[in-house]
Amino acid sequence: MTEAIVSLKGVTKSYTRGKQSVEVLQSLDLDIASGDFLALMGPSGSGKTTLLNLIGGLDTPSGGELRVGDARLDQMSSSQLTKWRANHVGFVFQFYNLLPVLSAERNVELPLLLTSLSAAERMKRVRIALGVVGLAERAKHKPGELSGGQAQRVAIARAIVADPTLLVCDEPTGDLDRKTADEILGLLQILNREHGKTIIMVTHDPKAAEFATHTLHLDKGRLVEAGELEQDERPVDVHPSERPDMDVRAGRSARDGSTGAP
Amino acid sequence: MANTLNQIGAVTALNVRSIPSRLGTSLVIVIGIAGVVGVLVALLSMGAGFAATLGGTGTEERTIVLRGGSVDELSSVITREQSQIIGDAPGVARDADGKPVMVAEFYLLTDVAKPDSTSPNNVVVRGTQSDVARVRPEFGIVEGRMFESGVREVIIGTGVARQFETLQLGGTVDVRDGAWNIVGIFETGGDVHESELWVDAGALETASRRSAFNSVTLQLESADAFQTFKDALTTDPRLVVNPQRQTDYYASRSEQLHMLIRILGYTVAVIMGIGAVFGALNVMYAAVATRTVEIATLRALGFGGLPVVISVMIESLLLALAGGLVGALGAYLFFNGFTVNTLNFQTFSQVAFAFQVTPELIRQGIVWALVMGLIGGLFPAVRAARLPVVDALRAG
Repeated sequence: MTEAIVSLKGVTKSYTRGKQSVEVLQSLDLDIASGDFLALMGPSGSGKTTLLNLIGGLDTPSGGELRVGDARLDQMSSSQLTKWRANHVGFVFQFYNLLPVLSAERNVELPLLLTSLSAAERMKRVRIALGVVGLAERAKHKPGELSGGQAQRVAIARAIVADPTLLVCDEPTGDLDRKTADEILGLLQILNREHGKTIIMVTHDPKAAEFATHTLHLDKGRLVEAGELEQDERPVDVHPSERPDMDVRAGRSARDGSTGAP
Repeated sequence: MANTLNQIGAVTALNVRSIPSRLGTSLVIVIGIAGVVGVLVALLSMGAGFAATLGGTGTEERTIVLRGGSVDELSSVITREQSQIIGDAPGVARDADGKPVMVAEFYLLTDVAKPDSTSPNNVVVRGTQSDVARVRPEFGIVEGRMFESGVREVIIGTGVARQFETLQLGGTVDVRDGAWNIVGIFETGGDVHESELWVDAGALETASRRSAFNSVTLQLESADAFQTFKDALTTDPRLVVNPQRQTDYYASRSEQLHMLIRILGYTVAVIMGIGAVFGALNVMYAAVATRTVEIATLRALGFGGLPVVISVMIESLLLALAGGLVGALGAYLFFNGFTVNTLNFQTFSQVAFAFQVTPELIRQGIVWALVMGLIGGLFPAVRAARLPVVDALRAG
């Protein structure tokens, strides 16, 4: 097996809500190989976004050992995690999270502002990243002037521009129609196959998961086989935008009122 | 370091560029602080103008002699004999004829009516000599002519002419023992004498039945001669007098009112400032709240907390600076040179003066604005930096 770039041993995560402690992840053991394209699936509240946040260094585990590359994330302070994220992680969010007042190229440049690169070198890399996602000609446009698919491409360019170790994608197609979603997923697949990027993607969409090299299912904070999921917790084989119980833009399930993340 | 500066620059640029989309709320800071600075600068410019008018009276080489123990001309008495002894003292400048360059003057108050006011308006009447320009070379007639010796004629200062519509060239004013004709308007370089009525000392002496002067004003040979002159007078057993440089005397006349105006100005500014700071806090908290996802995104990408704090502070300071400049500019446009008269309660007389919005006052106003911006931005900035990234990302 290829060397594991992400390694979790007995990782737990719990939140305190009022006087109650809610355990979102329960003693999770997991290895993710370098160059993998992993899809994390599971019902709402299963802990998949929490797991993604831990691996992306946005949050810290309550217990256990979390290693990404040579870094022990579970032992890092908040400021150490911030620096680590800048050097090792590219984020792709469901709602793109582009800064509306900046042009596409300025959005893509943001991670490079955390490096010592010159302005000219930064712009050179920005142009390459926008070229990879096929949006070189939209460099000067602001997010409001782009379609959803284009905006997500800009977000992907921003995620890869600093050549991170990991791409962490939280429902990257959750806000897109099927056709555009497939284009975005195809792009992620190219980044994985041709550029060797390790990608970890949270998705509700089984079709999206098909683009990944591996799929893991989470349920109630534990990793499970797909067959172990209870009938009503199994992923529905449709894109979120086509599911009648999902309010796609808000990322909420109309059925249970919960968010897609714990 | 360069990295941190890059981050600060980037986040600040983001904040500033998003101001147009939050124009209404941003204007709350600008207008609130502009109001505070405008009022502060306007009030202080009143004090500055008053102090400049009195402090600008006289020169270092000129001295005024009052009776010992008297704090102003009104309560001072200098006899004719004493005035001659004072004139003969060492250090006094002499003209080509060897006569001392001095003027012994009467000083009293008269009530001048204002059409729109029933309250008394005390105006200084100075009984002086027709050759007063020997001692006060800044004196000049701007309209009409000089009074004639021994005649009940008045010349009025330009400040008086501006403030009292009832006093016009060719008109009359009650000085003592009936109406006196106004025959001229004079200026003295914008100093306090322009708020006075000048008459012939001899005519006033007769009309007021006085025999002693109130003060003696002299020109010294040089500013350095003052100590010699003072020592001679204060050691002379025939005299009990208090010689002062004229600049010091008039500066001391403005001290109390100037201080009062400063206290009033800063008190009002502090009260208004507290309101403006709360306004700024509210706006900056709202600004941070509307940018929660943007800030969280930047933090997720690896931007540090310090650049976020500093950028929010810079935004707040920029808005405060804009408010400060607007306020100071408003005060300058509306008040600089605006002439009023007020009662100088140290002399119980009206003094006409112009508001002076000086560069120092503008600097003070802007510092005041920046302090408000600093306080108004600090807490929202810290809050922005402490936003839990995971929670804030979900806020969108």
